[in-house]
Amino acid sequence: MFEYLKRLYHKLGSPKYFYDISGRMLPWLVALSVLLLIPGLIYGLGFAPPEKYQGNSYRVIYIHVPAASIAMSGYMLMAVAGVVVLVWRMKMAEMVAKSVAPIGASFAFICLVTGSIWGKPTWGTWWVWDARLTSMLILLFLYLGVMALNAAIENAQSAARATAVLSIVGAVNLPIIKYSVEWWNTLHQPASIKMTSSAIDPEMLFTLLACIAGFYCLFAVMVILSTRCEVLLREQRSNWVKKLVGAC
Amino acid sequence: MEFETFADFIAMGKHGPYVWSAYGITLVVVLANIVAPLLRRKGLVEAIKRKAKREQLES
Repeated sequence: MFEYLKRLYHKLGSPKYFYDISGRMLPWLVALSVLLLIPGLIYGLGFAPPEKYQGNSYRVIYIHVPAASIAMSGYMLMAVAGVVVLVWRMKMAEMVAKSVAPIGASFAFICLVTGSIWGKPTWGTWWVWDARLTSMLILLFLYLGVMALNAAIENAQSAARATAVLSIVGAVNLPIIKYSVEWWNTLHQPASIKMTSSAIDPEMLFTLLACIAGFYCLFAVMVILSTRCEVLLREQRSNWVKKLVGAC
Repeated sequence: MEFETFADFIAMGKHGPYVWSAYGITLVVVLANIVAPLLRRKGLVEAIKRKAKREQLES
C-alpha cells in the first residue's frame, strides 16, 4: 500500500503523467458535479422544507456552506502543496498551488457575499465584525496576497517558493475560522452538521450533502482545467507538448 | 414542491431578491472559473504552435 502510494506520488510529479490522467478524470468529474449539483440545487430551492424561523432565506445555505468548506480546503491544499514545493521541489506542486489561489479566492468571495445576503433578512445587517466573518475575510485577503505575490515575481520557481511560505504561515487562520464560533460569542451560528449529530432536518441535510459533494467535484474540475494550462505553459519546450498541440 | 405556483417560487415569501441574487452571483463566479481556463488554453495552444513554426523557419 505504502509502496503503491509512493510510486503514485512520484508519477504524479511528472507533468506529462498529470496531464494524461487529469484529462481522463475530467469527464467523470464534470458528470459527477452536474449529477449532484443540478438535482441538489433544484431540490434545495424548491422542494426542501422552509426553515422554521428564517422562512425561505435559508435556501442560501446550499451554496454558502459548500463555498465556505471549499474556500478552507482549497487553502489547505495550497499550503500542503507549498510544503511539497519547499521540501521536495516538485514542479507539479508549484503549478497546483498557483492554480488553486484564484479559485479558492472565488469560493471565499462566494461564501462572504452569500453570507452577507443571507445576513440581511436574518440578522438585519449585511455585515458584523464578529470572529467568524472577520477570519473568513482574512482568508480572502490571504488568497489575494498569494495571487499578488505570484504575479509580482517573474521567475516561476522563485514565485512558487515565496508563495509557499506565505501559504503555510497563513494556514494558522484555518483553525481560527473553524473554531471561531466556539471560542468567541459570535452572531454566526455554530456548525449545523457534525460527524456525530446534526442539528437539521434530514431532508435538508441530504440536500446539503449532495450540494457539498457536487461543489467539491466542480472545484476539482476548475483546479484541473487551470493546472493543465499551467502545465502547457511551463512545459511548452518539451516534445510531448509540441506534439500534443500539433506543432510538429 | 414547497410552492403552490411558479410566482410563489420566484417570490420565496418576500426573500426572493436575497435568494436569487445569491444564486445569480454564484453562477457568474463559477462560470468565470470554467470559461477562463478554457479560453486561456486556446490562446496557449495557438502561441505554442506559432512559436514552433517560427523556430522551424529560422532553422
